[in-house]
Amino acid sequence: MTAEVALKPKDYASAQDVRWCPGCGNYSVIKAVQKTLAEAGCNPENTVFVSGIGCSSRFPYYMETYGFHTIHGRAAAVATGVKISKPELDVWVVSGDGDSLAIGGNHLLHLLRRNVDVTYLLLNNEIYGLTKGQASPTSRRGTLSPTSPHGTLDQPVNPIEFAIGAHGRFIARCVDALQNLLSETFARAHAFHGTSFVEILQNCLVFNDGVFSDQEDKKKIDDTLLWLHHGEPMLYGADKSKGILFNPKTYALEPVTIGLDGVTLDDIVVHDETSHGLAMMLSALEAPLPVGVIYAAPEATFIGRQPIPQGTMAKSAARLAGAMHAGNTWRVE
Amino acid sequence: MNFQTSAGTAPDEGRRLRREAVVIRFAGDSGDGIQAAGSQFGIEAALAGNDLSTYPDYPSEIRAPAGTTYGVSSFQIQIASQEIHTPGDKLDCLVAFNPAALKVHLGDLKPGGVLIVDAGAFKAAGLKKAGYEHDPLSEDHADELADYRLLNVDISTLTRETVSAIPDIDVSSKKDALKARNMWVLGLVLWLYGREKGATLEWINKKFGTKPIVRAVNSAAIEAGYAFGATALLPSGLEPVTIEPAKAAPGLYRTATGAETTAYGLAAGALKQGLLPVYCSYPITPATTMLHTLARLGEEAGIRTFQAEDEIAAICAAIGASYAGGLGMTGTSGPGMALKSEGFGLAVAAELPLVIVNVQRGGPSTGLPTKVEQSDLLQAVAGRHGDAPMPVIAMRSPSEGFDIAVEAARIAVKYMTPVIVLSDGYIANAAEPWKIPSLTDLPDRRLQRGDAHGIQPFARDPDTLARPWIVPGMAGGVHRLGGLERQDGSGEVSYDAKNHERMTELRMRKIDGIAEDIPLQEVELGAETGDIAVLGWGSTYGAITDAVEKLVAEGLSVSHIHLRYIHPFPRNLPELLKGFKKVIVPELNTGQLTMLLRAKTLLPVEAVTKVAGRPFQIGEVETAIRAALSEMSS
Ligand SMILES: Cc1ncc(C[n+]2csc(CCOP(=O)(O)OP(=O)(O)O)c2C)c(N)n1
Ligand code: SF4
Repeated sequence: MTAEVALKPKDYASAQDVRWCPGCGNYSVIKAVQKTLAEAGCNPENTVFVSGIGCSSRFPYYMETYGFHTIHGRAAAVATGVKISKPELDVWVVSGDGDSLAIGGNHLLHLLRRNVDVTYLLLNNEIYGLTKGQASPTSRRGTLSPTSPHGTLDQPVNPIEFAIGAHGRFIARCVDALQNLLSETFARAHAFHGTSFVEILQNCLVFNDGVFSDQEDKKKIDDTLLWLHHGEPMLYGADKSKGILFNPKTYALEPVTIGLDGVTLDDIVVHDETSHGLAMMLSALEAPLPVGVIYAAPEATFIGRQPIPQGTMAKSAARLAGAMHAGNTWRVE
Repeated sequence: MNFQTSAGTAPDEGRRLRREAVVIRFAGDSGDGIQAAGSQFGIEAALAGNDLSTYPDYPSEIRAPAGTTYGVSSFQIQIASQEIHTPGDKLDCLVAFNPAALKVHLGDLKPGGVLIVDAGAFKAAGLKKAGYEHDPLSEDHADELADYRLLNVDISTLTRETVSAIPDIDVSSKKDALKARNMWVLGLVLWLYGREKGATLEWINKKFGTKPIVRAVNSAAIEAGYAFGATALLPSGLEPVTIEPAKAAPGLYRTATGAETTAYGLAAGALKQGLLPVYCSYPITPATTMLHTLARLGEEAGIRTFQAEDEIAAICAAIGASYAGGLGMTGTSGPGMALKSEGFGLAVAAELPLVIVNVQRGGPSTGLPTKVEQSDLLQAVAGRHGDAPMPVIAMRSPSEGFDIAVEAARIAVKYMTPVIVLSDGYIANAAEPWKIPSLTDLPDRRLQRGDAHGIQPFARDPDTLARPWIVPGMAGGVHRLGGLERQDGSGEVSYDAKNHERMTELRMRKIDGIAEDIPLQEVELGAETGDIAVLGWGSTYGAITDAVEKLVAEGLSVSHIHLRYIHPFPRNLPELLKGFKKVIVPELNTGQLTMLLRAKTLLPVEAVTKVAGRPFQIGEVETAIRAALSEMSS
């Protein structure tokens, strides 16, 4: 399925002018996706981007691949149909937090539990961008918006917890500002067989600017992000002097400083991305915020990657005819 | 009433009374096996060469409380020695398994009709539940049922005795013996109407292949019922009857419900175009049977079925399937249609082929889930946001489901459009003899798909106005598609006013143009011009045919016209209707086709409506026509 001539990231960009607000977090995401496709040598003719509705969902228009901009919240369902019809296609879904978790929550739930073989990018800006700034299901409590002038009251959804709860088999988190993190994670997600779900914290500078400043600011991220790597201890901080400990009393992960209170490197949890229990605990951790691949445990996919075998069509009619003739029949001469 | 066993055997065939048609209804609790008994009777009649038409009617509760009038399930069947089109109006024979069934259905039995009741079920508790103050079977009240030829047998006891006589029968199976009452009764009714029991015995063997006791119980029950008919001295006036085979076009036949024929047609319609059938659906009565049928065929037959999480996902997955080059299809009923309608808009805007079957039921909302209605017609024609025209075609009978589904698939692909097929709860559940179509005889419309080099994904065929179907995986065809308005030709997103007007008009002209590609409307029955045209659509076909047939035979100037194509209408329809002084439109709604016809033809057509959750009876249509005729002459 690879392209005949090696393509560069820019070859995956369509001729359309990109119409996101200058400075929108979506720009860096699309850049990382184009890089991922180039590095994997993807053939644009076999690659499909399916999206719902929202700023983020305009994504397919800007890609020089097949693209389908569908209706609000339904990209997961459309993508499922694409895979049923033609399993060999390389399918990506791009969606916003409202698209994925408000109107489309039901479809995302089922996409994940069915393990449909798509790469799912949830661009989480914790706000409705396209409809001008209303609160979304991921908005933090107290978010001021035109629909919540006194601040939101509802508990926000944690997309990672949601995905684990839905039995997603590949779950990761990224931040728009970190190209390395994006491309490393996308490469893993894309290579995964089954639904690979990636939440991307994406800054909407018009309606929710700065909600992720702690996670985006290069000066802060050493202390605010925990970049996970399978088989390595969960260390963070500029000099890796901090780490994550499992507290058996609270059944939770908690940040510690090595050397303080008798904590040694041996006490630090080693990341095991195949552990469901660890993934659940990581999903609850907020500071530092886990990024990278949180969980990756392959399982049979909804529909394999195999194309429908040649000759199936010819046999089908015969089998259909067989069913039509089943049971009691009689002939009128 | 007591029965003695006669020494003789069944009266020989020659001495049976010959009837052209009989209408029989089995009625009892939903757990009594009424539907199975009725369907098997149909199969035996079909194998004997009779034409037949069935009407299963059941409550929406799976096991409604036993013995209640609202829990009664029934199965009506007409079998005949000539062509028939409906399950019949009034009953020649009613089988009532309990007092509630008698209470609900007795009114439909013709005077002089055969009434078979299970005396064993007429106990105080059952009578009370059914609302009887006294036992209608008791000698004191003999006058109540005096109009009928009553066959009052303790079927419960007889079935129990039959089962007890089976060697090696265990205690629990003895207790369950009553479950075989339906087979006992079926045996008796088969004998009364001179039909065989072989296919049913075979069916029992297959169905209970792994349960030898259950198999033995059911076979013994049917044999016992049959033998009872042959050997008991039946009350006078209750003669066994036979019905000669009907004439039918040569070919291989089976019985099939509308749900089955439609499902097969959907698969065939896609396969004959070289397309993978992808049927995506969410269970809803009465459309679910199609999903069951196709799922059973499944992967082996190269068909993909998908039970989605809801109707929205079903339509969206079907759209995704078509986008990727299979033929996306979905089936549902009223509430599901409502959920799918945003998806229809996307398919219209993106110009993707799809087939959607709406098996209509009584609405609004959850309405009457198991009952028939034709009240989604306007929704099908116009129920979408924006100007989003879609072709709508309707089947008229169970046996037509196949052809209509194949036709829908043809239109969908040729015109790159979603197509709505209207069926209804009556058609989907009813069975009739079906001449099994030969798939090899169907025209081969295989699409040639190579690469897309040099083909513009948004160009239009000058004849059909359809855009080419370029799908992911095709070399040289990379493009973006979506629900945003696009520039005619280039396909770029466009909010330009002039362009939107042009695109709206193009989408409309494309669908209107299908009128050039469908047969001209014909008159089914009666003259091409005259006093009254009875214009119908969908499942009212049978009742209208029989009513018009009768009036034409009387020499009245009445014709029957029946629509398959509802949007667009056949192009000669207005002219055809102008040839009649009056047009009446019987429909199972409050006049939806009537409204559409008036709007589109400016003719003063008149509605004849019924919304009782049941099909029209022939008599009702006949009365309406007579009323219209007498209005004209007054
Ligand atoms: C059925 C339907 N309801 C509502 C809308 C309006 N709408 C468009 S996008 C959107 C929310 C988008 O928010 P999000 O998914 O977070 O995407 P973002 O714009 O922030 O990228 C809404 C409510 C619509 N297009 N369709
Ligand atoms: S409104 Fe926000 S999310 Fe939308 S394009 Fe602008 S910055 Fe990006």
